[in-house]
Amino acid sequence: MSFYLTDAEWEAIKLSLQVAGLAITIALPPAVLLGYVLARWKFPGHTLVNALVHLPIVLPPVVTGYVLLVLFGRQGVLGAFFADVFGIVFAFRWTGAALAAGVMAFPLIIRPVKLSFELSDGQLEEASHSLGTSRLRTFLLITLPLALPGILSGAILGFAKAMGEFGATITFVSNIPGETRTLSLALYTEMQSLSGEAGTIRLTVIAIVVSICALVFSEIISRRLSRKLGGRHD
Amino acid sequence: MIDVDISSRLGDFSLSAKFTVNSGITAIFGRSGAGKSSLIRMIAGLSAPDRGRIALGERVVFDRAASINVPVQQRGVGMVFQDARLFPHMSVERNLLYSQWAAGRQSAVGLGEIAELLGIAHLLKRRPHGLSGGEKQRVAIGRALLSNPQILVLDEPLASLDASRKAEILPYLLKLKNEFGIPMLYVSHSLGEIEQLADTLVLLDAGTVVAHGPIAQMLSNLELPQLASGPDAGSLLFAKLDHYDAQWQITEFGLEGQILQLPGMLGEVGQDARIRIKAKDVALARKAPDEASIRNVLSVVIEGITETSGPYAEVDCRVGEQHLRARLTRHSVHELQLTAGQKVFALIKSVALDQ
Repeated sequence: MSFYLTDAEWEAIKLSLQVAGLAITIALPPAVLLGYVLARWKFPGHTLVNALVHLPIVLPPVVTGYVLLVLFGRQGVLGAFFADVFGIVFAFRWTGAALAAGVMAFPLIIRPVKLSFELSDGQLEEASHSLGTSRLRTFLLITLPLALPGILSGAILGFAKAMGEFGATITFVSNIPGETRTLSLALYTEMQSLSGEAGTIRLTVIAIVVSICALVFSEIISRRLSRKLGGRHD
Repeated sequence: MIDVDISSRLGDFSLSAKFTVNSGITAIFGRSGAGKSSLIRMIAGLSAPDRGRIALGERVVFDRAASINVPVQQRGVGMVFQDARLFPHMSVERNLLYSQWAAGRQSAVGLGEIAELLGIAHLLKRRPHGLSGGEKQRVAIGRALLSNPQILVLDEPLASLDASRKAEILPYLLKLKNEFGIPMLYVSHSLGEIEQLADTLVLLDAGTVVAHGPIAQMLSNLELPQLASGPDAGSLLFAKLDHYDAQWQITEFGLEGQILQLPGMLGEVGQDARIRIKAKDVALARKAPDEASIRNVLSVVIEGITETSGPYAEVDCRVGEQHLRARLTRHSVHELQLTAGQKVFALIKSVALDQ
């Protein structure tokens, strides 16, 4: 058995990184804003929005993939809109894989983000306002930096989740080599083929390494930042 | 001048405050839950009352009827919170200068001057989480001062500190008052702190301003049981340190042309001092005693006698322009035939210096 990756496997890994990178880039800003809103604001429909955000965790991934297909497929309302207005096509493209990965990773990103906004209860923001600083600047100078550990660990967990996403991706954008065949999909394909055992093992090892790295990295970052901030109620 | 006339409902609690105070330090005093914090949050613009008007100096910052509500950022109220609320991700220096780099405020006083005054110059490069409670609170005071406020509002700044830390901060607050002359609202439920600092007192009880006025007058007002009853009730007298006798180690204070002596060296000559005398430590005599161990004998005039239902009577005496309270038994009042207008001598057993 060869320890070296084939070109197709390299391609799948690169594609996964690309897909996960785009997914996080798209998902992080709305996750931070929504996390802040859910943590700090009370409004009617709060529970409903909170439930919707977490839906991809409990919903069968196939269902999420199918809903994406209906909405963002070539005939879908949103799919047609993005194609006409921005020239962005999701169906059967790697961008679609990124969309699916972003949607599936969203709840994982938002959880630690929301938690870190909940930890500080707005008292430091009050102090900032009383020193003459506007709401927006206070958010950028006080609220956001203090939530950074949560935001980073959310981003890393979300990235790992996006790299390994399977069900929604294969349902929405299928399994096209070089376009939508990410790590998990390549692994699945090798498992299906008679000669794919070595490839399966290689990709499995890589998936495990990536996941462990993500978890350790996320832990280190949040611990280091927490130490630097030295408790948020000072 | 701070002019407040507001009322507000907060859940099942209602707040109603009407008072006018001049500059200097104004203490807002009341028990926990009396509405002190709610009141100053409205003055600072952190929340808005249902009705009324608030003016700081000439400037109306809130007027419900005229739809004026100057936002907290523009009120020019420097807040010092009980828990300091320093920004943990910035150095002490960045915290102190926050209003300047984050909000573009200009300050008449410089960082160096403030750091020197508050004794925090050696902390500038540190982060807040390594500081003691007293140091944090001094940084918070400096940060508020450097935002160039028109008034400074301190919300129980000493409440979360232990006794020795409190003693560490009080002198700085006095220095602030003397050197800057910035009007201060000082919220506290500790009468001890207020006696040492305040010029004016606003008494808050169950959400209502019950009374307000000069501190000494408020403390001896028998109609305010929150302040003037209890075993430690008494009078606050303003005196000047006249002389220190090194041989006997006695400090002499001038009080309305008379002399009070206290053991020990208690400051520098010429310094103003607040002297607190408990009513139960004052005895009255019709003639000046000779050959007695009590050194402090003041010539006073009885202004009034209030007999309570118990065995005691509170005798209000005048020393020049100031008031001294004596708590005697009704029996002694009767035997000595004390009446208003009489000239008597107050014998003071022990005197505490509040400074």
